[in-house]
Amino acid sequence: MAKSQVSMKVNGKTIEALVEPRTLLIHFLRDEQNITGPHIGCETSHCGACTVDLDGKSVKSCTVFAIQANGADIRTIEGMANADGTLHALQEGFREMHGLQCGFCTPGMIVRAYRLLQENNNPSEEEIRYGISGNLCRCTGYQNIVKAIQFAAAKLNGVPFQEAAE
Amino acid sequence: MIPGAFAYHRPTSVKEAVGLLGQLGDDARALAGGHSLIPMMKLRLATPAHLIDLGGIGDLKGVRADGNDIVIGAMTTQHDLIGSELLGAKIPILRETSEQIADPQVRYLGTLGGNVANGDPGNDMPAVMMCLNATYQIMGKAGERRLAARDFYQGAYFTSLEGGDVLTAVRIPVPPAGHGYAYEKLKRKIGDYATAAAAVVLTMTGGKVGSCSIGLTNVAETPLWAEEAAKILVGSALDPATVKKAVAAAEAITAPAADARGPAQYRTKMAGVMLARALARAKARARG
Repeated sequence: MAKSQVSMKVNGKTIEALVEPRTLLIHFLRDEQNITGPHIGCETSHCGACTVDLDGKSVKSCTVFAIQANGADIRTIEGMANADGTLHALQEGFREMHGLQCGFCTPGMIVRAYRLLQENNNPSEEEIRYGISGNLCRCTGYQNIVKAIQFAAAKLNGVPFQEAAE
Repeated sequence: MIPGAFAYHRPTSVKEAVGLLGQLGDDARALAGGHSLIPMMKLRLATPAHLIDLGGIGDLKGVRADGNDIVIGAMTTQHDLIGSELLGAKIPILRETSEQIADPQVRYLGTLGGNVANGDPGNDMPAVMMCLNATYQIMGKAGERRLAARDFYQGAYFTSLEGGDVLTAVRIPVPPAGHGYAYEKLKRKIGDYATAAAAVVLTMTGGKVGSCSIGLTNVAETPLWAEEAAKILVGSALDPATVKKAVAAAEAITAPAADARGPAQYRTKMAGVMLARALARAKARARG
């Protein structure tokens, strides 16, 4: 099948490439652009490990064709750190609160949590759990992921983080 | 998982899309949010030679009032439906239903048009559209036509859409101010289709049901409009005996398949339970 020209911005950098229409965005990013932060967990639209931020939406990049992302502005975990190289508040939160064990789901979790906090800068625990319900973690039981996101929200809002009593 | 090869088309108008679908025939499929079709393509259960991506057609997006109706473009996403102030004020059951569809990532891309046009009995919006007496606006070779949601579903994945048709918008008569509503969905986990679900819209006058409409999800090959059950309730105060009769009437029209969500009899009973809960919640929300 003939390839088509696509152009998209990924983590601030413009990428021009030829893609087969059937190429999924996750395969394009990982196999053709060596952007391997987004992971392939289930490849069946369930697990959210492949989540990227696309034009202000959290999307599962295993369920979007690269050609559909023509002209899009995409952010992956590789683009999360601050410009000066320090960790983004979410990355810091996941480290401080032990929001990961094996780490496989973490890139998708952080990218999804980024959009959640863009839309709601002070989510309740319930809103966090609902907001990350498209991302599966098989290690943590989610407790520390929720805390990591609460940590990040507090930091971004410039207020001290207070861990809820268990 | 890599889908079969296809040619990609991205029309910028409905006319162009209808032309392409007509010209390419059965080898072409329209692509909306893609969260039903792309998984099917990855499994090679669908192998269209041409994909017509409707994502580039601006006219297909948005929510607007038109007289006593609200018209929702087919490519409006579930995320957009949740965020719509107009819908929140006028037809809040759409927000409540959207919030129970799949997960956040799917809702950013999944569209109302795709949800209602695919004919999947597991989709949530078709029964809600039957409940609300929505009309589907369809553009085809012979121009535009309108079909009632209540007449649209023929079987699993089998609707009144014909080759070359594009469902362009959903038109919903605004329910009376002060109406009560609820969408109750039993599911095993986030992202799952319903084991059974019930949509209710009703009005109350002086403690009695003035009007009532009921839709049921995933308990037959098609979504169901439970006309008889709703009739039983009109004029009642939703007392337990009458609700029981209505629930029995609703259960009687179900014909669910046994699957991983449970045996058929269980799913029928759960449709009844969802209906009873939806009625109670709709009554509590109704004013008047």
